[in-house]
Amino acid sequence: MEHLIITHNVKLFTVGLYIFLFALMGLFKVMQFMKKDVENWLIRTRSFIFIALIFTVGLSTNVLCAILFITLLSYLALKEFFSFMPTRTTDRRVLLWAYCAIPIQFYIIYIHWATLFYLFIPLYVFLLISMRMVMVSNTEGFLKSLATIQYGLMTSVYALGYLALILIIPFKYNPVGGSVGLLLFILLVTVSNDFMQMACGKAFGKHKIIPKVSPNKTWEGFIGGVIGSTLLTILIAPYLTPLTLTQSAFAGFVLAIAGFFGDVTMSAVKRDMGIKDTSSLIPGHGGVLDRFDSLIFTAPLFFHFFAYINTIVITKGG
Amino acid sequence: MFANLVRYLFFLIFVKPFIYLVLGVNVIGAEYLQKISKEPGVIITNHNSHVDILLLMSLFSCGQILKIHPVAAADYFCNTKLKAFIFKTLLGIIPLDRKVKRMHKEDIFKDINESLKRGETIIIFPEGTRGEDNTIKSFKSGIGHIAQMNPDVPVYPMYINGPDRILPKTDFLWVPFICDVYATEPVKYDNTSPKEFAEKLHSIVLNLRDEHKKKEEL
Repeated sequence: MEHLIITHNVKLFTVGLYIFLFALMGLFKVMQFMKKDVENWLIRTRSFIFIALIFTVGLSTNVLCAILFITLLSYLALKEFFSFMPTRTTDRRVLLWAYCAIPIQFYIIYIHWATLFYLFIPLYVFLLISMRMVMVSNTEGFLKSLATIQYGLMTSVYALGYLALILIIPFKYNPVGGSVGLLLFILLVTVSNDFMQMACGKAFGKHKIIPKVSPNKTWEGFIGGVIGSTLLTILIAPYLTPLTLTQSAFAGFVLAIAGFFGDVTMSAVKRDMGIKDTSSLIPGHGGVLDRFDSLIFTAPLFFHFFAYINTIVITKGG
Repeated sequence: MFANLVRYLFFLIFVKPFIYLVLGVNVIGAEYLQKISKEPGVIITNHNSHVDILLLMSLFSCGQILKIHPVAAADYFCNTKLKAFIFKTLLGIIPLDRKVKRMHKEDIFKDINESLKRGETIIIFPEGTRGEDNTIKSFKSGIGHIAQMNPDVPVYPMYINGPDRILPKTDFLWVPFICDVYATEPVKYDNTSPKEFAEKLHSIVLNLRDEHKKKEEL
């Protein structure tokens, strides 16, 4: 069994994260005691502590458990997507095929066959789903249903699969944090970017950036998030990643913009479907797709950025 | 005792993890569900799938589940001794004969009345059978008769959305989807005729469905 190497820095950051979350919780408790309406924030922070706990347990043992944990996350996301999307009753078996792609993809990651992972969902499952859909022989709304299923697979399974791919990056490429350090880094940057965009938007927001999709998003929030994320990345990158100063500044800048687009893309999908949240799984946040929508854009980008600067090799097959 | 233990473990180990993790439930009106533990009664919902019953029972704690009995068609669930034993042990069903004619209604509903007198909750699908394509057929008047015989027992109307996508009547393959359960204010028998009471419950369930549709169109 391949063990995950948890370095000293990763442990320090995890402890730091919990101290931060509990301090935040305490702050909101005090504000509530002073008769301020922060009930929603309390629920959100509590959920965050739960998410952090689940991630800590899921990612602290060995590679297999960690990949299974991300498999579950991916399954919950895809189930949410198919549940709020209208699906044709004739496509029930096609949906089952789509679900079957999840364990296969994560098995491919588990055996370190990166080249096949890159192609599995975008090419082979893409073709297989089309094939299975033709066998249903229902041409009414064919393309729409096909596109819906493919979109769900690309976002919830392929893009989130990069979280597992980051986990199997060999330790030698990141001696300070290991693969868990890289994963923690991308999670911290993405989530804090969401938070900073919202906080800056609430504090200085005036000019709407994309009102038809997400009326609460402002230019001030976006720019504040980009600056904040770049600074945060410069600050934490030396302890979790091997990135140099220029590289981490660039990563922070790009990830902040990508995170923003991940967020508004899911907003657009939700708006199209006429729903506010993708499910009610996480109290105060909505569903898995509500919470991890930015990761859909940031995780693949960060992986390939890291692979580019390190010219890493993790593939087993050709 | 044995049956209770088996049912408790069945729900704790299999049904609940399956319903909450593999499928997923979204409850609207959870406060009315909590009322049921204080004031047991009759739960009625639309019926499109076998999943309905597992879903409804999973909304309660494993201890409470022992005091919940779904009413099931005797000709379908108890036509063999083995089936009757399995469903009575695992789900605690009360069999109801759908085909009786010209019998005293106290005799037909004997088991149900006794169960309600013991302070247990029963689940009834007043449509009498599973519908297709998520339709809600008119309610049979049996629920009205039960309410008439037990005028102090509250009736909890609910609407379930989703199980018809998971396991429709026409298929045997399960596909995971998240379900929605809508609960609302309970009603008691109001001295109208059993048929009218059944119609009233029908319109409440239809209203819950409209609430769901409105939410989808928002």
